[in-house]
Order: sequence, then C-alpha cells, then structure tokens
Amino acid sequence: MLQGSDLVCVRGDRRLFRDINFSLETGGLMQVGGPNGSGKTSLLRMLCGLSAPAHGEIRWCGETIRSLGETYNRAITYLGHLSGAKDDLTVIENLRISSALAGAEIDEKKARDALQHIGLNGRELLPVKVLSQGQKKRVALARLLTCDTTLWILDEPLAALDIHAIKLIKELLEKHLARGGMVVMTTHQEIDIAAATTQKLLLT
Amino acid sequence: MFWWIIQRDLLLAMRRRSDVLTTLFFFVIVVSLFPLSVGPEMNMLRTMAPGVVWVAALLASMLSLGRMFSSDYQDGTLEQMLISPHSLSILVLGKAFAHWLVSGVPLVLMAPVLGIQYDLSVEALLVLTASLLLGTPVLSLIGGIGAALTLGLRGGGVLVSLLVLPLYIPVLIFGSGAVEASAAGLGYDAHFSLLGAFFLVSLVLAPWAIASSLRISME
Repeated sequence: MLQGSDLVCVRGDRRLFRDINFSLETGGLMQVGGPNGSGKTSLLRMLCGLSAPAHGEIRWCGETIRSLGETYNRAITYLGHLSGAKDDLTVIENLRISSALAGAEIDEKKARDALQHIGLNGRELLPVKVLSQGQKKRVALARLLTCDTTLWILDEPLAALDIHAIKLIKELLEKHLARGGMVVMTTHQEIDIAAATTQKLLLT
Repeated sequence: MFWWIIQRDLLLAMRRRSDVLTTLFFFVIVVSLFPLSVGPEMNMLRTMAPGVVWVAALLASMLSLGRMFSSDYQDGTLEQMLISPHSLSILVLGKAFAHWLVSGVPLVLMAPVLGIQYDLSVEALLVLTASLLLGTPVLSLIGGIGAALTLGLRGGGVLVSLLVLPLYIPVLIFGSGAVEASAAGLGYDAHFSLLGAFFLVSLVLAPWAIASSLRISME
C-alpha cells in the first residue's frame, strides 16, 4: 500500500539519509529508529506530504502522494512533535476542532467518550495550558480514537507518557493493526507491538 | 469546515481580547492625534480626514497580520491544516475572514465616530464607512499572503510591512478618493466599482496564493 523508493533527504548542504526503500502492507508496522538528528522526523514529514524528498518517490496504492493530494490526506493521521492543541481552548474544544480539521466531525458525546478512554476524565473543560506535558500528549493522542484513517504516522507517540498510558497506546495500536490499519512510528523506547508484519528501518 | 475555522478563531480572539483591543486602540489614537497636532483649522481637517483615516486603518490592520498564522505555526495546527482532507484554500479563506471580523470590522464601526472629529458631513461619513467596509477585507486577504510568506522568519514583522504596504496602495488611493470625491460633490461610483473589483479579485486569487505560500513556508 505505502511504498518509498530511493528516498533522499537533504537539509541545507547536508544529506541526512539516502536510498531509503520500504514497502508497508495492510496490517504492517514500521518502526523508524536511529540517533538524534538522523532524519526520522524529516522522513515522517515526507511521508505525510509536508515536504518533498530531494530524490525518489512515495507511493500510496500505486500512485504518488503528490498526485493523490487530498485523497491521500483522507487516509492518514499524523501526530508530530507539536501537539496542535491551542493553549487557550479547553480540552474538549481542542479535540472537536482537530477532529473536524482532520475530516471527522464529532459531537460532544463522542469527544467525551474518547477523552475518558484516553484518561482525561474530568478534565474536559480545563484549558490546555494548565495541563502537564503528558496530559497534553494525551489530548493529541485522543485524535487516534476519533479518526477513521488507515495509515497512522506517529512521531514519538510515547514521549512524556506514563506506564499506564504507554500500555493504552500499545493496545490502541494493536487494535488498529488488527483491523487492517498501518502504522509508521518513531520511538526511542523498546516497545513490543503485535502486528501482522513488523519491520525496522534504521537511519544512520 | 469554513465555519469551524471562523468559529475557532473568534473563540480564540474572545479568550485573548487584548489582541483585538490593541488594534482598535491603535487606530483610535492615531486618528485622534492629527486634529490635536494640526490644530482646529476646519477646512484643513476636512481635506485630510479621508487620508488620515485610511492610512491609520492600513497600519492598524498590519499590526495584527503577524498573528494570523504564527500561533498556528508554533503549536503545529498549521501542519494539520496542510494535511487536512479539506481544501487548504477554503481553510485560509476562513482564517482571512475571521481576521477581518476581528481586526477590520471594529475599525469600520469606529470610523464614523472618529470622522466627526474632522467635521465631515453626514454623507462623507457614510461614504467613508462604506469604503472601509469594502476595502478592509482586501487588506486582510492581501495581508494574508505577506503573513504566509514571512512565516517563521526572524524579523518577519518588518518584512511583512515591506511586502504588503506597496500592495495596499491601490486600495488606499481609491478608498480615500471616494470620500474626497463625495466631499467635493463629485460622483464616487467609479471609486466604489474599483474597490469592489479589488475585493473580488483578491477573494478569488488570495486564498490560492496564501495556500501556496504556506506550503512553501512549511517545507
């Protein structure tokens, strides 16, 4: 479904990585590893279509993601380092707005259910600026519960989370993979996620 | 989705009222300084009123341009907008519209009150308000292009003024020209037709230009 061929990433006059090839099928998990500054985030941004590779191409169902445009956007969910949450808005407002932006409008009931599931029960009406780092991360991750996309692209989804939350995310990812979804993620933590196929991509 | 964005930006503006008030206050102060410094010479005030009000409106709307995309850029919402299944042009049109509601409409409403300080006739006041009503959306739309191009640059604020102010000149000329024409007893239809044309052209082209600039800035 998702294929990358001969990907090259250039930042300024430095080449971060070259000749990256991979192919991800239904139910597949790809873990991207490598030291800091090796281009993990750059690779994920490329996979989202936020930046273009210097060379090579990324294909989704056989077509380049550039030509698919908004059709491809409908199939992906990207959670980056930046949470995309507004400090001045409440938790529930943030979730409803970010879901609507991602093409899945949800009502208040559904938003509350998702927040309860992710462990933010009773904090729905607090502004995001008073939450802790881990709670902010949970607000962003709550989007995974409301969206209905095939490919999840997650940049360090486990950073700042406690053990319970990590277990929760692990279950969430496994459920998604079992449903036939796909996950591309970076993480520095060892985590064992059951998937139909697991591959590791190491950037150096 | 268009309404979602407008609703969200208005909600954010309500939570941070000081930002909105700064723009309006700046406009009020700048316009009020002129009669104080020039002196109470009625004829002179009447002639300079349209120009002063329009220049102050341009500068006031410049003030808030930096905020149009920068907070979305910093917290990552902009990334999500770029990979949203909705058309980016529609999203930025919503943002420009919200920017106009927050920074343009208060100026339009305040202008007739300030015009009284310049001893403008009732007709001239109405023309002034109408020309601002038609002109300020153009300022938000054109300004959006500058804001998108300078996103994430250091000293972006100064650069925005350099990029955008020259593009504001036609709006300024015909906006204040309409008021002068009405004060001189001439017809002002032509000025309004041209302002309307600017509005329509920027309504069609600006969202597309802003969307492309955002994509370039985010690479």
